[in-house]
Amino acid sequence: MHDFNYHKTSNIEEAVKVHMGAEDGTYMAGGQTLLPTLKQRLAAPTDIIDIAGVTELNTITVSDDVSLGSMATHASVANSSEVSSAIPALATLAAGIGDPQVRNRGTIGGSVANNDPAADYPAACLALNATITTNRRKIVADDFFTGMFETALEENELITSVSFPKPDKAAYMKFPNPASRYAIVGVFVALFGTDVRVAVTGAGDNGVFRPTEIENSLSSSFTASALDDTTISPDDLLSDIHAQSDYRASLIITMAKRAVAAAS
Amino acid sequence: MPDGVIGTGIGAVVKRVEDFRFLTGNGNYTDDINRPGQTYAYMLRSPHAHATINSIDTAVAEAAPGVVAVFTGDDMQVGGLPCGWQIHSEDGSPMHEPPHPSLAQGKVRHVGDQVAVVIAETLEQAKTAATLINIDYGILPAVMDMKAAEAGGTLVHEEIETNKCYDWGIGDKSAVDEALASSAHITEIDIVNNRLIPNAMEPRAAVAEFNKATSEYTVYTTSQNPHVIRLLMGAFVLSVPEHKLRIIAPDVGGGFGSKIFLYAEETIITWASTKVGRPIKWTAERSESFMTDAHGRDHVTHAKLGMDENGIFTALKVETYANMGAYLSTFATSVPTYLYATLLAGVYKTPVIYANVKAIFTNTVPVDAYRGAGRPEASYLLERIVDRAAREMGIEQVDIRQRNMISADAFPYQTPVALEYDSGDYQATLASAMKLAETSGFDLRKKESQARGKKRGIGYSTYIEACGIAPSAVAGALGARAGLYESAEVRVHPTGSVTVFTGSHSHGQGHETTFAQIVSEQLGIPIENIEINHGDTGNVQFGMGTYGSRSLAVGGEALLRATNKIIDKASKIAAHCLEAAVDDIEFKEGNFTVSGTDKSMAFGEVALTAYVPHNFPHDELEPGLDETAFYDPANFTFPGGCHICEVEIDPETGVTEVKNFTAVDDIGRVINPMIVEGQVHGGVAQGIGQALLEGCSYDSDGQLLTGSYMDYTMPRADNVPNFKVGTQSTLCTHNTLGVKGVGEVGAIGSPPAVINAIVDALSDMGVTDISMPATPSKVWQSIQSAKASS
Repeated sequence: MHDFNYHKTSNIEEAVKVHMGAEDGTYMAGGQTLLPTLKQRLAAPTDIIDIAGVTELNTITVSDDVSLGSMATHASVANSSEVSSAIPALATLAAGIGDPQVRNRGTIGGSVANNDPAADYPAACLALNATITTNRRKIVADDFFTGMFETALEENELITSVSFPKPDKAAYMKFPNPASRYAIVGVFVALFGTDVRVAVTGAGDNGVFRPTEIENSLSSSFTASALDDTTISPDDLLSDIHAQSDYRASLIITMAKRAVAAAS
Repeated sequence: MPDGVIGTGIGAVVKRVEDFRFLTGNGNYTDDINRPGQTYAYMLRSPHAHATINSIDTAVAEAAPGVVAVFTGDDMQVGGLPCGWQIHSEDGSPMHEPPHPSLAQGKVRHVGDQVAVVIAETLEQAKTAATLINIDYGILPAVMDMKAAEAGGTLVHEEIETNKCYDWGIGDKSAVDEALASSAHITEIDIVNNRLIPNAMEPRAAVAEFNKATSEYTVYTTSQNPHVIRLLMGAFVLSVPEHKLRIIAPDVGGGFGSKIFLYAEETIITWASTKVGRPIKWTAERSESFMTDAHGRDHVTHAKLGMDENGIFTALKVETYANMGAYLSTFATSVPTYLYATLLAGVYKTPVIYANVKAIFTNTVPVDAYRGAGRPEASYLLERIVDRAAREMGIEQVDIRQRNMISADAFPYQTPVALEYDSGDYQATLASAMKLAETSGFDLRKKESQARGKKRGIGYSTYIEACGIAPSAVAGALGARAGLYESAEVRVHPTGSVTVFTGSHSHGQGHETTFAQIVSEQLGIPIENIEINHGDTGNVQFGMGTYGSRSLAVGGEALLRATNKIIDKASKIAAHCLEAAVDDIEFKEGNFTVSGTDKSMAFGEVALTAYVPHNFPHDELEPGLDETAFYDPANFTFPGGCHICEVEIDPETGVTEVKNFTAVDDIGRVINPMIVEGQVHGGVAQGIGQALLEGCSYDSDGQLLTGSYMDYTMPRADNVPNFKVGTQSTLCTHNTLGVKGVGEVGAIGSPPAVINAIVDALSDMGVTDISMPATPSKVWQSIQSAKASS
């Protein structure tokens, strides 16, 4: 680990101010990606701005929509009865991230800001048409995820909450990498009235994406069998030692079917 | 439990006495040890698979904060790491043994090769300084493919002018060719035995200290065989005599073979401890374990099995390429030869067998023994080709095995590949496993799976292995540069408690319990009165350590013989005290009795008398009660058994679930049934790991693609079912205990059962083979290929 300055902050204003004054600062939420990266000396920020003490970011509010403070841990989302009854798929997704240690430290804000191409939350954000609120503005999910590990966030900008409209039906199906258990393919399907939104994580060579072929097929009938003749091109999908692109393409359809069948 | 057992003897389910300290965090592992004035070593490793080192500049690093010293290969001019087993090629020439330096000498040969060591006040300072070392590499093409490497081209070691270490053979080649030519049918198979990365829970570590006052080195290290390390490091590398080199392997958190070998790092810090005059600690990070612990398996094989019209085996011909990696690790050369090809008869009466093995150098981590070591490669090959032969001949899997098995009355049985099996009853273990696995209900279970859209298959493996390595005379004749006996000292204390010093080493096997049970049974004393001491060359007599499932069959037998000597001596003392002839003394349940009388002495009384010999006739009877035995076995032991696996495959995703796994093993006499069950569970989990999950992968440049748990899949609890485990034992005929060994049976017997089950599940789709690990992706691809070609 390289040396860095550590700042423990207690409110949003303070955190942003410290970040602005840092030469090459980075916010730390749950630290589940950042800390291993630091330990392997793969990152060398001059300043770490720890926002674990910013308690105003922990809140979970369920009303017309489900609003998760950016520091809400995966465990707190998974265990929230309010989230479970409002959007069960969201609680299920949170319960399936990493292991208990990761779920007790990792946060939605950290996950979304990092936009790991195999992370689960970006699929929920995109499929549920979430709005990401920062200290400066609101960004809709369609505009937020801009590529692998890339987002619309600007320098110093801090996510404060992510809000999800309640769908009529939704489900998330993950096919895990046997080794890391990150998603090789994760498919989130959501039905809002007659609108279908689908997002795929783990598979796209440019990060999370909406498969229009699947959305079109499901728009005519929100049933698994509606996807019987739907195919996905492997061209823009990842290929690695765990899964080649044609396998991922097949898994996307299979996981989408299973998600539709499970949607509630 | 046999008669006369006092509750902690042979056959008793005694809870593992070592578990209290392990489970409460009170173990004492190498990294737990800290010495006054200790410094920390960090190894700078090659990022390239193959490169010349044109120059190294350490000046800036040496001046960095906290740095005590920086050393490179130029500084460390000592002996190379030796190889312990010499193999001769078929043409009679000795194998090629290129130098194996601890710190690279002008060239690096695999990613992770040690280039320099930085020693500093803290580990962080050493790591930071290592980034300041400037190395000019001349990158060379990586030698990765064994068959291409055999043909020539780029050489891993220029000085030997070839990439082939040896070209070895066993068996009668012309007889095999003849028999194959006249066979009614020949089944052929191409087999890859996937390269595995060991992954002991505790990474390798060492702490080395040199005492100027006594000129004595003390090295704490994560070893399965500290005396072997002392001999190799002292005599071959550093020229330090044994009485000045003390190796201590304290609690060791798993080895699976990977901690048998002498490694560069422990050697480097021992050497450097004199240079810096302070203790040095080195502990591997997990990523270093991935790229420096000796890997396992990595065979590429083509085999032919001849049969007559009834499916009776007539001949087996095997051609294997075995990957040695970049250097010869300590026992690397013996694994694909004497621990592999000698097992190719399996449990079958195949009359003639020939195997050729080519050992090849590549720019990868050295390959050596890993749980099973050669025998899993043999059982996988045989049980896969037998499975395929049955399918090609239209014979049931059970039937083809029964037709060809060595019968129970044929022992001792001489195989055509050197070994003589002493005992076994393969039909009985097969029948017992089938009953436990409820194979008669399989068809119904298959239908039920079908109804859920799943493909179900069943796979058999009737395997044998050789343990208890080894008769020293046999091993020596085959090229071993060491004897393979084991030792035990039983030291009875004046009040009757006992300390045992064993040359075996326990790193998870539970020796402190099993060995104590033997002593408890023999001397009739409670297990609480017995301490098992191992791992410190400073207080244990020379021993060969633990590997190849040898601890009980060789070390346990040595212990038994030492306790017999104790009983003999104690009987003499009792005879003297009780004024009887020694032949009239009976020893039973801890009491020495003059037969036919009520005159007796308890074991503790005799022990006290031994150390308070007020009226001993010293010309006839020495004081003390302390005996040592060295035991060199007459033969290998031959555990075997039958593993039956049932899998269910999701054809849409390729996911394989192991639904049932049954193992019935013949391991000879069972000392502690609970420990046996645990050993089988662990071994089978590793075997399922090899079959479904684990596969070391390099790219064509020699970069390790599976360098962390993000990409290397270890078996986890949800990857394995609840095992059904049983024993169906015949006794070993050449050791008194009748034991055969259990440590490796799970890993040896299980992989072919899993793969055979997958092939069975998918056979109706046209799938005839699938390579390990059968990942979801691979299973799915196999289904697609079969669909495309049907």
